[in-house]
Amino acid sequence: MPRELIKGNEAVVKGAILAGCQAYFGYPITPASEIAEAAAKYFPLVGRTFIQAESEIASIQMVYGAAGGGVRVMTASSGPGISLKQEGISYCAGAELPCVIADIMRGGPGLGNIAPEQSDYHQVVKGGGHGNYRCIVLAPNSAQEMCDLTIKAFDLADQYRTPVYVVTDGYIGQMMEQVNFPTAVQHPKRHDWGVHGDDATRKNLINSIYLDPEELEEHNRKLQKKYVEIEKKEVLVDEYRTQDAELLVVGYGIISRILRTTVDLAREQGVKVGLLRPVTLWPFPAMRIQELCERVRAIQVVELSNGQMVEDVRLAVEGRKPVKFYGRMGGSVPSAQELLGVIRKL
Amino acid sequence: MYEKHLEKPASFYPEYPRKSGNQAVTHYCPGCGHGIAHKYIAEALDDLKLTERTILISPVGCSVFAYYYFDVGNIQAAHGRAPAVATGIKRINPHSIVISYQGDGDLAAIGGDEIIHAANRGERLSVFFINNAIYGMTGGQMAPTTLVGQQTTTSPRGRNIHNEGYPIRMCELISALEAPVYVERVSLHSPGGRAKARKAIRKALENQVQGKGFSFVEILAQCPTGWKVSAPDSLKWIEEKMLPYYPVQVFRDKSAEAESWAPPDVTYSDADVLQLIELPLEDDAAPAARPKVAEQYRNPRIKIAGFGGQGVLLLGVAMAQLGMMEGYNVSWLPSYGPEMRGGTAHCHVNISDTPIGSPLVSASTVCVAFNKPSLEKFEKEMASDGLLIYNTSMIDIEPTRKDVEWLPIPASEIASQMGNIRFANMVVLGAYIQKTGLVSMETAIKGLPTFIKAKKLIGENIKALETGAAFVRGELKI
Repeated sequence: MPRELIKGNEAVVKGAILAGCQAYFGYPITPASEIAEAAAKYFPLVGRTFIQAESEIASIQMVYGAAGGGVRVMTASSGPGISLKQEGISYCAGAELPCVIADIMRGGPGLGNIAPEQSDYHQVVKGGGHGNYRCIVLAPNSAQEMCDLTIKAFDLADQYRTPVYVVTDGYIGQMMEQVNFPTAVQHPKRHDWGVHGDDATRKNLINSIYLDPEELEEHNRKLQKKYVEIEKKEVLVDEYRTQDAELLVVGYGIISRILRTTVDLAREQGVKVGLLRPVTLWPFPAMRIQELCERVRAIQVVELSNGQMVEDVRLAVEGRKPVKFYGRMGGSVPSAQELLGVIRKL
Repeated sequence: MYEKHLEKPASFYPEYPRKSGNQAVTHYCPGCGHGIAHKYIAEALDDLKLTERTILISPVGCSVFAYYYFDVGNIQAAHGRAPAVATGIKRINPHSIVISYQGDGDLAAIGGDEIIHAANRGERLSVFFINNAIYGMTGGQMAPTTLVGQQTTTSPRGRNIHNEGYPIRMCELISALEAPVYVERVSLHSPGGRAKARKAIRKALENQVQGKGFSFVEILAQCPTGWKVSAPDSLKWIEEKMLPYYPVQVFRDKSAEAESWAPPDVTYSDADVLQLIELPLEDDAAPAARPKVAEQYRNPRIKIAGFGGQGVLLLGVAMAQLGMMEGYNVSWLPSYGPEMRGGTAHCHVNISDTPIGSPLVSASTVCVAFNKPSLEKFEKEMASDGLLIYNTSMIDIEPTRKDVEWLPIPASEIASQMGNIRFANMVVLGAYIQKTGLVSMETAIKGLPTFIKAKKLIGENIKALETGAAFVRGELKI
């Protein structure tokens, strides 16, 4: 198995190529630019398409066009760029086009800064654009997962014909770690619902407009049915030392890495803490949180935001146990010791 | 011949099953120009035998439902984005004929960026731009092409140049770009005008068949409903009001001399792909026995800091790379962004027997300071009994921490004596390896080409490593 010390952002690109992604359409933005740069370097070398689009808006619409051709396709950006892509993502959801969008989150709102934050949670998890849709959201916390979950994102996108996000913070994107890459190169068959420019697919239509209210409602109901199925089948969660935990901490991305160290520090002091990390932010592991909530005294959520995921934890807990929130913003990242102090107050 | 002329082109569906209501007729208003433009396109697809491989991008506007009519592959696009959508599908289907069909609000207002850049990239597309100086679908609002003084629902007192500016001439704009191959404006107002329109549409499609690049046909078209005139009067309206402002002419025609081009059709084996994306199939297995490491140097949490340009980040990458080669878990986290450009830089490195939790190093067990501000800032946060390596060439003070081990080294001077101050980071790496034994010098020499990309510098960097190690052994006289 090829092993490489590599940035998370670059692991996304190699993972995408191994997954059979045919085209990358992007626009530079810190801290996601290494994805566009690595795609520019590698995609053309292996006969795939790379275009630096004129805007984030155009890049997601190029994704829409290529996805309409029934091939695997992706883009990547960070907060301000994801805001601009929301138009196209809504169209992809409406037209049921599979695609992968990597979001390497930075500080906001507005131009904010380029330091790590997790403040895109609402815009990626709750739909983001207009209309009744959801996107699957995978949240890697290591360079290895940046590769593995990118590959999984393509599989899920195809399976459910829906846009899938790979969302993480600037630190996981910028960090180098060892990655064991798979050696299999996927050759996904072109979807026969796509428009290939041939007689076989000539009757196909890629579309999100349903003029008749009844037809549009029916289309929406079909989408909701798909989302219910995804919620049932695709929840992914990672736990650390939760078996005997009396306190539960919840975090994703870089925060879950820091919390893992905090759990060890707390255990050294005799405090029984466990960590739950949602790997899928949508579908959210609400059921698992409900189960664990029966056994723990309190739940501490930590995010690099003003408290966005904590809303979903509270919805899951339904007031049965106290759910506390600790957040840092603007690119300030708490140390494991700082979070130990937070836990000791529970 | 006469009978054939009245036949509906085969590139149209005989009836329109995707349409609700009367499926025998179009949704366009009586007298609308879209129907004529559609017919010329469909006839051209028939005659050029392109129907099977054509993909039509329907825009937002009155032609949003163009896919009702054309029996070709169809993609409906968001408002203004048809050229971007067309770019996406054409790039993955280079053999196909992609038509981007847009109205004036769609192309010249909300989609101004997309059309200019598709044109500028020379996308191999045929763009048909219907200019009727008004937003038809939404009920007669002002378009970017609405004429000065023209009344619309959003310019009720007439288009005023002081408030809305002048109408945009898209052909003139696009023909200012280098890449477009063919740019022509035609008009549907007269038999002669329509003959030219028919010909221009064919040429734009033929260019694409021959791989000749971006072709753009602007079609001045009538909108009797939006203009609130009768169908016959709408033809006069084009002639009298539009033609003086929008001259009908060829703006660019490089069709004959333009290069025919298609992307190379090459297939790559899986082994080729792995090699080209630099994933070597052979694993570098970790050495069977790692060097023995003294307790205080195990599982280091390393902070490295200095000025940008001192090789701080590269030293961190080198440590992580060599740690990985020795079979440890490793992480490297940089300070990134503007900090890297001329300011101070630092990075966090973990090399560990066990999986790494937080990659952020707060209580470092190894601190490497390349300059004075770095020493002052980062020695404070070291753990007791840690190892503090500092570059005495650029630091004229002593550390304040007495509870850590000091390793002072004139790294910049050693590197300068070797001929290049930029080797200072490798001098420090050699010193660190010699001091801690965490990785072997053999592994370091083997791993060096993974982080020193310039082949001609590898020999000198190895020498720098060895010199740093020799300094720690006390064999080097400064």
